[in-house]
Amino acid sequence: MMRVELVRRPQHSTLFSVLSPFIALVLTVIAGALMFSLLGKNPFEALYYYFVEPLTGLWDENNRWQLHELAIKAAPLILIGVGLAVCYQSNNWNIGAEGQFILGAIFGSMLPVVFPQFQGPLVLPAMLLLGVLGGALYAWIPALLKTRFNTNEILTSLMLVYVAQLLLDWMVRGPWRNPEGNNFPETRRFHMDAVLPEILPSAGRANLGFVFALVAAVLVWVLISKTLKGFEVRVLGASPRAGRFAGFSAARMVFFAFGLSGALAGLAGISEVSGAMGQLRPVISPGYGFTAIIVAFLGRLNPLGIVAAGLVLGLTYLGGEAAQISIGVSDKVARVFQGMLLFFVLGCDTLIHYRIRISGFRRAAPAEAEPVAGRA
Amino acid sequence: MGIAESILLTIATAATPLLIAAIGELVVERAGVLNLGVEGMMVMGAVCGFAGATVTGSPWLGVLAGIAAGAAFSLLFAFLTLSIAANQVATGLSLTLLGLGLSGMIGESFVGTAGNKLSSLAIPGLSDIPLVGRLMFGQDPIFYLSILLTIGVMWFLFRTRTGLTLRSIGDNHGSAHALGIPVIFYRYLAVMFGGACAGLAGAHLSLVYTPQWVENMTAGRGWIALALVVFASWRPLRVLAGAYLFGAVTIGQLHAQALGLGIPSQLLSSLPYLATVVVLVIISRNRRLTMMNTPASLGRAFVPDR
Repeated sequence: MMRVELVRRPQHSTLFSVLSPFIALVLTVIAGALMFSLLGKNPFEALYYYFVEPLTGLWDENNRWQLHELAIKAAPLILIGVGLAVCYQSNNWNIGAEGQFILGAIFGSMLPVVFPQFQGPLVLPAMLLLGVLGGALYAWIPALLKTRFNTNEILTSLMLVYVAQLLLDWMVRGPWRNPEGNNFPETRRFHMDAVLPEILPSAGRANLGFVFALVAAVLVWVLISKTLKGFEVRVLGASPRAGRFAGFSAARMVFFAFGLSGALAGLAGISEVSGAMGQLRPVISPGYGFTAIIVAFLGRLNPLGIVAAGLVLGLTYLGGEAAQISIGVSDKVARVFQGMLLFFVLGCDTLIHYRIRISGFRRAAPAEAEPVAGRA
Repeated sequence: MGIAESILLTIATAATPLLIAAIGELVVERAGVLNLGVEGMMVMGAVCGFAGATVTGSPWLGVLAGIAAGAAFSLLFAFLTLSIAANQVATGLSLTLLGLGLSGMIGESFVGTAGNKLSSLAIPGLSDIPLVGRLMFGQDPIFYLSILLTIGVMWFLFRTRTGLTLRSIGDNHGSAHALGIPVIFYRYLAVMFGGACAGLAGAHLSLVYTPQWVENMTAGRGWIALALVVFASWRPLRVLAGAYLFGAVTIGQLHAQALGLGIPSQLLSSLPYLATVVVLVIISRNRRLTMMNTPASLGRAFVPDR
């Protein structure tokens, strides 16, 4: 029988840590082509609408607006993904960013919805701060439960997503429903001072949210790679024991990582509603908080890589819409693409730590050494 | 049929998918593998179960399709984490994300289609026993299966040699490997069993609980099943108790919504999720107890060196 074996590399491969996201992208495109053929579509045409058509604005002046749409989709993905990278690097599994996004949006919307008479240039900064606060506070719940009660943060942070979605649903149907809105489940529209300005209003809708995303990515990159705190993140993530000996507090790191990622998710949430939407609705996110997990891994948990990854995943959302309109493929395909991409990314990451040896039809020699049990 | 009896019947129906999915994941985790993809496998089971029943016209074939879909889908996870040692947490998450996307695509043509309900199976004689008869012997077939499955897994894990081997792999895969136990092979089987269970649980949702297909219809039940395993400290009987507790919370809040007590329905709907958090906190507060019960190799990749 043919055997496929993994042989641990003495050192992790720098070549493959750069190459693996690209290999994963190529594999995803190939798998996508297969999927479109199975659906009875011309795969080349479908892939064109998915990955090229939304980018025609790069050379075609008339389609410039599409690049703006891409920035709108990519901004929350990058903001959340950058925060998640800090979490995952420090071995804190926050998967509830979707909930923190929603709480950020709710907190920030408090000003224009409850106090519409409060206007002026201070409104927007105050909203953004409230959004950051809302996201961070919501992320601190699983952090507190993890540090105080040793509760698994994966499950609690995820459960809180459902709670947040229901809370938002109640708010916009109940106390915050627009009194002049004909009973539609939505809040009043934000007044002008509460709307996030667009970057280039003449060219497209992209708003300051994208600028926030780029700034956050650079700042977090500096934090992780140039500061002591960043070193702490990496040490505690790679080896909690070594971190303890170095005098780093694992508990404080839990609060730091969750707080930072919650804050960025909250900022993404309030930027989304005050920028692209201008009001709260029962559903404000097409799963950005979950897609950002894929973004974080595709970007190899490196903030600068995450900017690129956020643009790629933003493209799958846009491509999904484009392909639905032009060739009638369901927009659900976008989520399949996203899921496949994460699979391939994780699979390719193996190449960084292991060589794959395929041996022919011979029995393996008996084991002579202690088995290597790699940590997850 | 009294109202109390009908409430108890629906509790069993709500608890069954949680029980099946959690029992499957329990076996997976006892083998030392953490598969966070339960939600994804479950939703795949739900859509394929529904599709199978609609296309063939037989709900039984639908159930089989659900089981097969869950098991096949879990193979993706198994290959990534077991054969090429990918991170289990992240791979499990990706299984959930992919499952939710894929099921939405497969199920698109079935949205709004009338379902094909798996009818109840009253066991002759026994179901006529007063009080408990209908409750225990007048249920849907998957209910009986879930009880048999729980007993079967208990027997397998704690009364058979193979079960002991499986548990030893979960506690120390290095030593198990040194003893010549094919660790990866066992884990493949365990993961597939978990996938099949999750698929069956999903099929129960789309063929018994609410016989229709709605996107994301699992609504976090896969995650609650994962929490149940922790809550039960990896013991089958406690999983059973936990599943019924959650079934009771789910049905209780539905009845409270119907009564219209002036409590926002959203608050009531969030009760199962909040209960999960509370229960997890209570159970994991005792650090020593948790450490003692958790399979020691849980979530760690294993790569045999030869």
